[in-house]
Amino acid sequence: MRRALTFAAVTAAVAAFAWLLAGAGAQRYLSPIELVLSPDDAHLYVVCEGSDELAVVDVKSGKVLRRVPVGHTPKGLALSPDAKFVYVANSWSDTVTEIDAQTLSVVRTLDAGFEPTSVLADRAGKTLYAANRIGGNISVIDLASGVEPKRLAAGRGASYLVGSPDGRFIYGTHIYPNPGPHRTPPQSEITVIDAGRQVVTDRWRMHNVAGVFHAAISADGRLGIASQLRPKNLIPLAHVAHGFVIGNSLTLFGEDVGESVQVPIDEVERYFSLPFGVAIAPDKRAAYVSTSGSDSITVLDLDKLLGMLRRAGARERARLANDLSASVNFVAARIPVGSNPKGIALSSDGARLFVANRLDDTVSVIDTGARKVARTISLGGPAGLTPERRGERLFHSARFSFQGQFGCASCHLEGTLDGLAWDLEPDGFGIDIVDNRLIEDVANTGPFKWNGANPDLETECGPRTEKYFFRSQSYSPEQLADLVSFLKSIPRRPNRFRRADGEPTAAQERGKAFYERTRRTDGTPIPEASQCPVCHSGPDYTNRQLTDVGTGKPTDRSPLFDVPQLTNIFLSAPYLHDGSAQSLEEIWTVFNPADRHGVSNDLTKDELNDLIEYLKTL
Amino acid sequence: MRYALALLLVSTLWAAAPPMPRFRWQNFTTADGLPDNKVFSVAVDGERVWAGTDNGLALYEGGKWKVFRPQDGLAHRAVLYVAVDRKTHDVWIATMGGLSRYSAGRFDTYTQLNSGLSNDVVYGVAVQDDEVWTATAAGASRLNTRTGQWTLYNERNTPMYEIWTYAVSPGKEKVYFAVWGGGVLEYDVKNDRWKDYNDPDGETEIVLFKDQGLIHEITTSVSYVEKDKIVWVATYFGASRYDGRNWRNFLDQDSGLPSNFLNQVKAVDGNRAWFSTDKGLAYFDGRNWSVYRPSLETGRPEMLIRDQAGRVTRLDVPSAPAHHYVYGVDFQGDDIWVATAKGLSHGVAAKAE
Repeated sequence: MRRALTFAAVTAAVAAFAWLLAGAGAQRYLSPIELVLSPDDAHLYVVCEGSDELAVVDVKSGKVLRRVPVGHTPKGLALSPDAKFVYVANSWSDTVTEIDAQTLSVVRTLDAGFEPTSVLADRAGKTLYAANRIGGNISVIDLASGVEPKRLAAGRGASYLVGSPDGRFIYGTHIYPNPGPHRTPPQSEITVIDAGRQVVTDRWRMHNVAGVFHAAISADGRLGIASQLRPKNLIPLAHVAHGFVIGNSLTLFGEDVGESVQVPIDEVERYFSLPFGVAIAPDKRAAYVSTSGSDSITVLDLDKLLGMLRRAGARERARLANDLSASVNFVAARIPVGSNPKGIALSSDGARLFVANRLDDTVSVIDTGARKVARTISLGGPAGLTPERRGERLFHSARFSFQGQFGCASCHLEGTLDGLAWDLEPDGFGIDIVDNRLIEDVANTGPFKWNGANPDLETECGPRTEKYFFRSQSYSPEQLADLVSFLKSIPRRPNRFRRADGEPTAAQERGKAFYERTRRTDGTPIPEASQCPVCHSGPDYTNRQLTDVGTGKPTDRSPLFDVPQLTNIFLSAPYLHDGSAQSLEEIWTVFNPADRHGVSNDLTKDELNDLIEYLKTL
Repeated sequence: MRYALALLLVSTLWAAAPPMPRFRWQNFTTADGLPDNKVFSVAVDGERVWAGTDNGLALYEGGKWKVFRPQDGLAHRAVLYVAVDRKTHDVWIATMGGLSRYSAGRFDTYTQLNSGLSNDVVYGVAVQDDEVWTATAAGASRLNTRTGQWTLYNERNTPMYEIWTYAVSPGKEKVYFAVWGGGVLEYDVKNDRWKDYNDPDGETEIVLFKDQGLIHEITTSVSYVEKDKIVWVATYFGASRYDGRNWRNFLDQDSGLPSNFLNQVKAVDGNRAWFSTDKGLAYFDGRNWSVYRPSLETGRPEMLIRDQAGRVTRLDVPSAPAHHYVYGVDFQGDDIWVATAKGLSHGVAAKAE
């Protein structure tokens, strides 16, 4: 607990320092990501993850009334049932900020788990739930005492929480798929929490689904809709032309549909990438989905969609997920909005839809009757665009790929990874399977690609992307420069296992000694090439060389792999070039039989555990 | 007439013996849906009952059994122990092939290859707040479920001269381990200190110094009552109770234990405990003993009561646990569930007369 408090204090201090810097002139982009309306629709609360603040907007005038500093990289928010408090999930601070909605002052800061990204108060206003993305769990916080009596096991990448209208259940979605056997279809889940007992009572399986973002429940509680990605990572990316890369789709669940069913929002020749926010009209006649890679809102005619599902037999329903011709039956409109639309919220009468345009620093207000943007509210971000900001827009946009199927962010979800191993190259089935790597703080980690074929990011993201990924137009030289600028600017998130005082734990200290050792436990010397720090050297723990550590598979064209950086390695499972190691342990317990990937077979189990405890701090 | 006389005799005997818990036994076997009759462990979670068997994990709910096997995600078919997290109601399952967590329909499995677990042969598991303690064939493990950190305890960092840990019973302040051949280990959580308790006479087959220490080194089970600061110990050569200063030992010749061969002890509190032996299920209320089993000679249900003075009353009763070889118990209010070598038994508490 003390460690968590120290960590929270330090990250809060970092955030405060960054805030001061911003105030001193280095103004940051706001990057609004989530929003909610007050019950009377008078105020809009907008979480700005770029500026670490909650912006409070007067809906009538469109003016920002107040900016409330919160923790670092806030990503989620919720109102208390009586609307007296606003809760903001500070993902990099591992805290939740409680704000008095009347005075707009911070009441207190609550501890949560690793990277809380969504919060939800129960109907009684006594318990707060926080979905912890890195932790893969859900904090249950007692609001009277402010303590967290228990933490519930969720799926990997717990990301978003939504409650049933009657307050009985809370549903959690996940940005990453659950761990599973190598080269098997991804599986995600909706975690169902009984709010009365505060326990997980069910897990609804989502087959062939990886990234799941928001979910919404209809006012009558009979229909749920979750936005999701269906990656086709088991087949070569050569099938871009056939639309077999990522399906942008929805899962529908609840009494209205019976057995849950997946439906695409893409069309045969046009795709609507990265569905994120979901809202269902009060009369349940329409639903809205922000397609964040396509800068649009997709409007669903629920009468038609539910009617189609009622008429469909079981086999037809099962086929729907991959039937790109289906959406023409129920998509009513595509409404262009700002750049990278994320969270959305409907007014209480359903007449207006508010859209957080993350890379515009604006909120679009859509007249749902006319299905047009009625006005755009500026949240007051910087006027100009830096190269990094332009690059960030390119990174999140799907417009460069064939028929707008996907963008960089479709796999590097929110600038991270997707937890999947892909068959990227058009070299035949199952050749050179590659694990998706974390792209934080990668400026000085070239060459890129697991086989080290790309000496720099310009090569990695330039013609190669055009040829092998997008199969369409690629970036202009100026755009490529912007994109690379953005990639180099993606910061490294805080390490959750390093103590704030800089002192290692006893296990970490022992593990460091194993990492740096030059002799086996029997005293015999370890060849230099097999000593961990020789290859994993420097500030990023990579010597940036190609090395054969015996992990190549018969399906790899070469056993030589780029030495990966180890920073924040704890969060990027699975491991090895092809994602075959499900955990850090398996790198050595399963895939290092001949001691070629470092010398590890003389270590006892507790010594290996110590080594891993150290690696988690890098 | 003969029935009436028998009833009279039983009634008379009941009247003479001290009042001890009585049960109507309902027995479950493969015929009722259990995956195997050899039931190693039972754990009660409200109305749900989990049974760890030699061929899978079974859940009794709503009058029906549901079976989980490795193809469902369970680490191994042989389930040696089951523990329920009282906060989350997740179930932790110790098997011959790793540790599994069952949470609302999903199994997560931890092995010595994919996690920090010390060994795949997991004999015991217990949950205390956010920490899951395991007793394995290669020492003990502690998993912090919030951070994912594993801590291992073995001969290198504890007085554990044998690493075959058999059972674990954690409290907030202290954790006790039964180490097969190594006595009992006590871990002081706050001060990170260890203490071992061994048989003071050092004899494996005889007891020279009774009540001067642990009855025997070959321990199979511990049960710690934190509120009373009492630890109960089961061994293959008798049972022990320790209050932090004094030991009290129990042998079949001078207590109501039906056998010195114990698989488990489970405390009710500092004075009362249930003992799972190879010759029946025994209960000690602090003064008197009772034993529940099918007769070793006739197989007919019987109940033995031994009062404080050592007088034994043998009662014919309508039902008994499924078998006299008992692996373990758990409580469901006043009811008791009993894991035996020939089925799982539900002792429905008789109403007090």
